[in-house]
Amino acid sequence: MIEAEFIASLIAASMRAGTPLLFATLGEIIAERSGVLNLGLEGVMVTGAMTGFYVSLITGNPWLGILAGGIAGLLLALIHAFFTVSLKVDQAVTGLMLVLLGLGLTGFLGRDLVGKVATYLQPLNVPFLSTVPYLSEILKHDPLVYVGIFLVPLLWFLMNKTRYGMELFAVGENPEAADTMGIHVDKIRFLAVLIGGFLAGIGGAHLSLAYAKVWTDGLTAGRGWICLALVIFSGWMPQRAIFGAYLFGGLDVLSFKLQAIGFGVSYHFMRMIPYVFTILVLLFSVIKEKEKFGAPSALGKPYIREQKF
Amino acid sequence: MGESMEPMGASMGAMESMEANRDTILEMKDIVKVFPGVVANDGVNFSVKRGEIHGLLGENGAGKTTLMSVLYGLYKPDNGEIFFEGKRVEFNSPGDAIKAGIGMVHQHFMLVSKMTALNNILLGYRTPKDPMMDYEWARSRIEELSKMYGIEVNLDEKIINMSVGEQQRVEILKALFRDVKLLILDEPTSVLTPAETERLFKALKRMSAEGLTVIFITHKLREALEVTDRITVLRKGKDVGTLITKNTNERELARLMVGREVEVSIEKKKSAAKEVLLRLENVYAKNDRGLLALKGINLSIRRGEILGLAGVSGNGQKELEEVIVGTRKVEKGRLIFNGKDITGLGVRKRIALGISCIPEDRIETGMAPSLSVEENLILRDFPNFSKNGFMDFGQIEAHAERLIEEFGIKTPSPKVEARTLSGGNIQRLIIARELSRNPLLLIASQPTRGLDVAGIEYVRKRLVTFSEEGKAVLLISEDLEEIMQLSDRIAVIYEGEIKGVLEREEADPEKIGILMSGGELEET
Ligand SMILES: Nc1ncnc2c1ncn2[C@@H]1O[C@H](COP(=O)(O)OP(=O)(O)OP(=O)(O)O)[C@@H](O)[C@H]1O
Ligand SMILES: [Mg+2]
Repeated sequence: MIEAEFIASLIAASMRAGTPLLFATLGEIIAERSGVLNLGLEGVMVTGAMTGFYVSLITGNPWLGILAGGIAGLLLALIHAFFTVSLKVDQAVTGLMLVLLGLGLTGFLGRDLVGKVATYLQPLNVPFLSTVPYLSEILKHDPLVYVGIFLVPLLWFLMNKTRYGMELFAVGENPEAADTMGIHVDKIRFLAVLIGGFLAGIGGAHLSLAYAKVWTDGLTAGRGWICLALVIFSGWMPQRAIFGAYLFGGLDVLSFKLQAIGFGVSYHFMRMIPYVFTILVLLFSVIKEKEKFGAPSALGKPYIREQKF
Repeated sequence: MGESMEPMGASMGAMESMEANRDTILEMKDIVKVFPGVVANDGVNFSVKRGEIHGLLGENGAGKTTLMSVLYGLYKPDNGEIFFEGKRVEFNSPGDAIKAGIGMVHQHFMLVSKMTALNNILLGYRTPKDPMMDYEWARSRIEELSKMYGIEVNLDEKIINMSVGEQQRVEILKALFRDVKLLILDEPTSVLTPAETERLFKALKRMSAEGLTVIFITHKLREALEVTDRITVLRKGKDVGTLITKNTNERELARLMVGREVEVSIEKKKSAAKEVLLRLENVYAKNDRGLLALKGINLSIRRGEILGLAGVSGNGQKELEEVIVGTRKVEKGRLIFNGKDITGLGVRKRIALGISCIPEDRIETGMAPSLSVEENLILRDFPNFSKNGFMDFGQIEAHAERLIEEFGIKTPSPKVEARTLSGGNIQRLIIARELSRNPLLLIASQPTRGLDVAGIEYVRKRLVTFSEEGKAVLLISEDLEEIMQLSDRIAVIYEGEIKGVLEREEADPEKIGILMSGGELEET
């Protein structure tokens, strides 16, 4: 059965391709829930991708690479947090600056990495599964894919069942109310942005060390922007982010696969699909979500205590 | 609770001597707080004894909220010292104040509207299972407090679906839940019905009997006299006196607050009935939860009259206001305004036809907090303040200055952000904007809530003259006295239905009270 095999490999590839998106989207959900928009996701991811690739290349340890990617993302997020949370600078401006910074820096520092072969993340070998047809194909991934899947219920739990989640929600909805109950608004926002950057950095590193397995200039190719759309699509809920991420991963993969089986449409047209889809998804979610509780009410607004409301 | 019973038992028999021996729980010395262009607190001295209910009075903008925000760690004072329970304290954030045992119910509620009451009460609190949310434990504790003080709320309801009165109960529970020693209530009664106010006062007295100290901010002199032990009056950022309640009276307090004599009662002649301006025919509408909130409303408002709408809050008043303004969908029925069916018209068109509204929710729907005062004053009519497609700032400023003067809005300049105004001055700003538009119909929802005596006097007079000019007012108020004083006819709403419309002559508080609680009047 050619088709079943095709579908199985498509699902598997979607999960792999969706994992960088998943990490970055989950991270951004946390940041945005606290009220801070990080438009610089593209820059953060690409920095994570290059740093991860570089560290894996010189140490030969892809896990160190992943960690380094996360830390690089965290450092960029630190800039964002410092400007927007501590100095109350406009979030959009700072975010855009991060994009330029990330793309510029990695383009420059990553010149010599282009074409190099680093040590990549290897798929897990699950003993029994490997004998089951199709399923073995679908579930054969590097460990980070599973970490991503595991993160979803974990974050759902933290956000919905614990005090941390309540405080995060309150800070993003009504920072003044949170402040009057003794919650440190800026501290939570700062942390949320850092966590967001860390996860986006890991997402980027997964891209270069497990999915694309190369470094090229601008490797992320707009994935950061797609993640920003995915956050909206998911309604700021981790449990919905995973579907969005895998769906987009799938679209990404599909454009390659169709090419491979000789689907007679221009390559460039196929590469366009994820982006067109992003626009459609945004439209759809805006229309559908209008009535429901959508974005955090204080998203994008700095909190200054002596300024009322 | 067990601990606080002890001193209680010991002092039960000796109330009088306890009065004299009460120690000072709070001492604020020479507090100065300056905002750009305003000295909100100008060297205030304020001292409160343990276990008393201490009233804090003052006109709009006198600096009451500022003083309490300084105490609560929200604002950093520019000068002065605070002693709490004998120790010098410096609160850098509300968290510090809460830890010390101070709770505050703010004038504008500090609730997360998308969260349930329960989660709001627990906000920032560490339950025994922290960081897990121990709801079981919290519920039983809250129920205990609810019973003890008679403050009931539906814990699983989201704030957004609650009336203001309910929201306030959530706020109070939030403070009580944290075992406060000193509870600050910033104008708590301005959002309450008379019955709810009674209940609150009972709760306050019980708190004070338990040894809790309460600071009670209000404009209503009668309330201050009824419930407090001592009263401090602020005027223009300075404390002008602390009085023992049983030795003072309304007249003295009013004079202290305003610096002159004030007259609160208003002459209102019965209007001659004219033609109907707005007619609601069998109107149905849903509330935010999707339940029917208006169930076949039939109501006519005539030119030249003030129609009072009495009722306990949450019985459909808000929905009725929104249906007329055009922000809520009519499920069934029609609205006829000035002979025209406006059921399908949008908000803009209705504004243009001459419908104005002072909404119940000032901050959310009444104003744009981050726009300036002058911009807020033209919010509904900005096209009229433009020349060739550009805003005419000269005209806008002149307009603002006129209204600021006319309505006594206290602001350092028309250019400051509207958010910086005091509660009562935000209220004045909205009233100024709506009345100055010169509409045909004014829906005034709790128009004097949060205003000081002079402000109330002024707004009531304006409403009366407005109606006498042949225009109509729909006065939605929970203040029965206000309704009785101003209305030509009084409609009573209960669970989304009009239970009856009374002429002014035949109305009395008892009849209205019966209708408000869903009863029927016997035909005589
Ligand atoms: N955050 C702020 N920024 C700038 N000015 C402020 C701020 N808070 C208060 N003010 C100003 O300080 C003065 C006192 O305000 P405050 O809110 O303490 O008055 P209030 O006595 O509570 O009045 P009300 O009865 O109307 O609530 C007002 O003139 C107000 O405009
Ligand atoms: Mg105030």
